[in-house]
Amino acid sequence: MIIDIKRFIDVEKPYWDELESLLSALDKEAFPRLTLAQVRRLYYLYRRVCTDVSRLCGVSVEPELRVYLESLAIRAYGEIHETRNRALRFNPFHWFFVTFPRTFRAHFRAFEIAAFATLLGAVFGGAVILVDPGAKTILLPYPELQQNPSERVSEEEAHAGQDVAGRQLSGSAFYMTHNTRVSIYVFALGITWGIGSIMLLFFNGVLLGVVAVDYIRAGETAFLLGWLLPHGAVEIPAILVAGQSSLVLGWALLGWKSREPLKVRLRRIGPIVVTFLLGVTLMLVWAGIVEAFFSQYHEPLLPYWVKILFGICELVLLILYFSLLGRPSSGSDVRVPSWGRFE
Amino acid sequence: MNSFAHGIEIHTPDGVTFSLVLAGLLRRFSAWLVDQAVVGVSLAAFSRLFIPVVTLFPDLATSAIILISFLVSTGYSIVLEWFWRGQTLGKRLFRLRVMDEAGLPLKFNQIVIRNLIRVVDALPVFYLVGGICCFISKKSQRLGDYAANTVVIRIPETVAHRFDRFEPEKYNSFRDYPHLCARLRQLVSAEAAFLAWDALARRNDFVDEARLRLFSEIARYFRELVQFPEEATYGLTDEQYVRNAVGILFQPAVPGPPLSAHVPEKNSGR
Repeated sequence: MIIDIKRFIDVEKPYWDELESLLSALDKEAFPRLTLAQVRRLYYLYRRVCTDVSRLCGVSVEPELRVYLESLAIRAYGEIHETRNRALRFNPFHWFFVTFPRTFRAHFRAFEIAAFATLLGAVFGGAVILVDPGAKTILLPYPELQQNPSERVSEEEAHAGQDVAGRQLSGSAFYMTHNTRVSIYVFALGITWGIGSIMLLFFNGVLLGVVAVDYIRAGETAFLLGWLLPHGAVEIPAILVAGQSSLVLGWALLGWKSREPLKVRLRRIGPIVVTFLLGVTLMLVWAGIVEAFFSQYHEPLLPYWVKILFGICELVLLILYFSLLGRPSSGSDVRVPSWGRFE
Repeated sequence: MNSFAHGIEIHTPDGVTFSLVLAGLLRRFSAWLVDQAVVGVSLAAFSRLFIPVVTLFPDLATSAIILISFLVSTGYSIVLEWFWRGQTLGKRLFRLRVMDEAGLPLKFNQIVIRNLIRVVDALPVFYLVGGICCFISKKSQRLGDYAANTVVIRIPETVAHRFDRFEPEKYNSFRDYPHLCARLRQLVSAEAAFLAWDALARRNDFVDEARLRLFSEIARYFRELVQFPEEATYGLTDEQYVRNAVGILFQPAVPGPPLSAHVPEKNSGR
């Protein structure tokens, strides 16, 4: 096709400018709303630019013009053909009481695997420390955990919480951010088909096992439970939920027994993964507050049985939350989402 | 959707095919550096602001610094890409945009996933894993892009009227052979036409030897495509040959007397 490029540009440029300004206006708003007349105009301009792109296909000149028109058309195409809801309609109450527990149950198998990997690590770590107590220096990379458990308990009880007084807020912030970073790593390693996440969960389990057996052997079980349960009752499940999200991602990548293409599988799990991660963040914020303001205080200031009871209560509530909330009432047509389910 | 050397093609239900130019590694890395600088500078400024508070309320100030540092470093890209539709400050500066692989607008969960998997892409240092993945991937995707079904594209600049930069055509001996002109328009690739135009526009930037060599090669390319008769090319330098060819490709015919009444003069380039 031979066209007069100069005339073509002179005639069409006002339409391109109009479409560009319309798209730029849409870009500036996170939740844009168009009137019916604007939508019709957008569609008209999109079709017109599409036609211009087609006309330029047969012309050997102006590759830049073609690239520009294509980029304009593709932006308009995205706005027009998007069928998914762009607005982030987030109802925190519905999400907390329905979406999160329901999503958790729908992918419970992934949680089981994450828990199993951690438990296996704990058993391994505990067994190693029982067989060879000297391995503690290798398995525990943190200097504060290298100390003899009985010595540490005497020191903590002698301080009566004075060593953490005035540092609770910063401690809380540190625990929250540190644990959230670990959770992000656990999730992100799902990109290795979940293998990296399982290894990280196993390693986390090893640390737990070593510390637990070390304190139990030293006869400091009450201190251990009082120290770990209040925040660990929420923190450890939070890390496991992060592992659950990573396994959902890994499972989608593997696509075993699925007839759907990879892109479709990944598209489906997006909202599930984000639900998990938001839930993990919330759990870790709570665990961080408890760890800084409660877990670090010991006897005689705070009896161990109070701390243990607090931890048990948290755990029971967490189990009830995940197992009972968000269940459809009898006769309701609400169903547990089956898409992208980890089975 | 297909991918080609530096871009992807999207076929719409309307039967139109678009191609998007993918962002190169260097450009993406530069945009990331800018973003890192923005995050670093804002955190440093924030910490300075908090110095008086640290003296009065050390615990409160330290916790605020820890939390805000974490939120800014983790949430910077997520928030900006969400509100600016796939762009951060660095990406805006380098005209890049994150897009859904199918050309659709980004969803919030895609932004979250691509930005959280960044921690693996950044391993072990300076995005080595992500860089290698981009290099291997047909669509220049790092792991985060792969998991989130996104691509990073380069936004083309708005095209200005380039015709104004050409001098008005005085006489073009090639125009006496409209059938050959039509064949030339048909056979020349868009890239070659633009390259020839660009060479003419930048002719004064080249040293003499390089300019002669460049126009010689471009003229040879045009000659191989279409053979104009000797009377149309007699005495033309390579550069003038290219100028005539570009005139045919880019500029419409100048209205004038009928071709039959026009007798081309020898030794006249224009």
